Amino acid sequence: MDKPNDNWKIWEVFIRSKNGLSHKHVGSLHAPDADMAIKNARDVYTRRSEGISIWVVPSEAVTASSPDEKEPLFTPADDKVYRHPTFYEIPAEIGHM
Amino acid sequence: MGEVQLEKRFQDYLDGENKIEPKDWMPDAYRKTLIRQISQHAHSEVVGMLPEANWITRAPSLRRKVALLAKVQDEAGHGLYLYSAAETLGIDRSELVGDLLSGKAKYSSIFNYPTVSWADMGAIGWLVDGAAIANQVMLCRTSYGPYARAMVRICKEESFHQRQGYEIMLSLANGTAEQKQMAQDALNRWWWPSLMMFGPTDDLSPNSAQSMKWKIKRKSNDELRQEFIDKTVPQAEFLGLTVPDKDLKWNEEKQGYDYGEIDWEEFYNVVKGNGPCNKQRLSDRVKAHEEGAWVREAANAYAAKEAKRKADKVQAA
Ligand SMILES: [Fe+2]
Ligand SMILES: [Fe+2]
Repeated sequence: MDKPNDNWKIWEVFIRSKNGLSHKHVGSLHAPDADMAIKNARDVYTRRSEGISIWVVPSEAVTASSPDEKEPLFTPADDKVYRHPTFYEIPAEIGHM
Repeated sequence: MGEVQLEKRFQDYLDGENKIEPKDWMPDAYRKTLIRQISQHAHSEVVGMLPEANWITRAPSLRRKVALLAKVQDEAGHGLYLYSAAETLGIDRSELVGDLLSGKAKYSSIFNYPTVSWADMGAIGWLVDGAAIANQVMLCRTSYGPYARAMVRICKEESFHQRQGYEIMLSLANGTAEQKQMAQDALNRWWWPSLMMFGPTDDLSPNSAQSMKWKIKRKSNDELRQEFIDKTVPQAEFLGLTVPDKDLKWNEEKQGYDYGEIDWEEFYNVVKGNGPCNKQRLSDRVKAHEEGAWVREAANAYAAKEAKRKADKVQAA
């Protein structure tokens, strides 16, 4: 028995559900090339009108930040409350600002 | 950080109801448990297509036929979502599929029962998908992110499966005496195997405790089984059918049904490979895989040709 399509790349699939919204990651699949990845994504991820546009990206092309870097990368933002509107006190009579 | 500290931090993180994502540190045993569980789940979706595919060409109307076709196609999709989720744990899909085809991997025993009448399409959608849904709704809150997300997708699609099954039962139950008997017969044959789908009783499922601690499982086998029974019995009554359990009785105190002893000997026998259809299912799956070889080859040839065409174009420009 041949080994099941072991030379097929993994593709990450992103779907735009409607115009005005961005493409969102929905999962991944196997395909021999980009065209067929789009066709497979149509069958696997949009059987119920979930999308009007598909992006496929080879998984190997994604560079991800490492979970070990979570602290140095993201904690510096945690103590900068002055970046949020609620930090500033505006009298109630001014209304919404 | 040492292994013990890492595991403690991992458990604290889970206890805080946080999700684990693919690149996060996780104990080896957690990874292995998930690979086994997710791939068995994927195999079940794939093998689960076989008993129903049996009836697609013989569906009694076009409406029933498109519905059954769409359901079976969904199950293929579920298998694919789940293989993808398993792959995020660093295992290759071809290895998982290879284990299924060689008979090494397990899949849900329910699919080793035969589908002998059209009423079985009703009973499967209603009971088998119903039991699967109970388990899958729980798994929407499982601790591994990609698995939980696959489950959310799957659950959205499953509810139509159960409704189309119940609708089939409803028309048979309201049909001729012979049709009603078909429905009753299907319920008789699928009831107990459906209850077995939740797995052994809590005192006999040794791995459950660890899975609950890791929040992979959120409810015990017996809890899920009880929920399923309490939900399903009134549905059977509405159909005017009799659940084949003489010990089934409403228990006011626990606000649930008491039910009879499950034949665990039968369960383990089917798990071991001696069910009515184990051999047939596996050989059908192998056959389908082999007969699909030309599709995979053609896809490769097409991809190679397209790549060459593109390269030639670049060169010509
Ligand atoms: Fe499914
Ligand atoms: Fe289903």
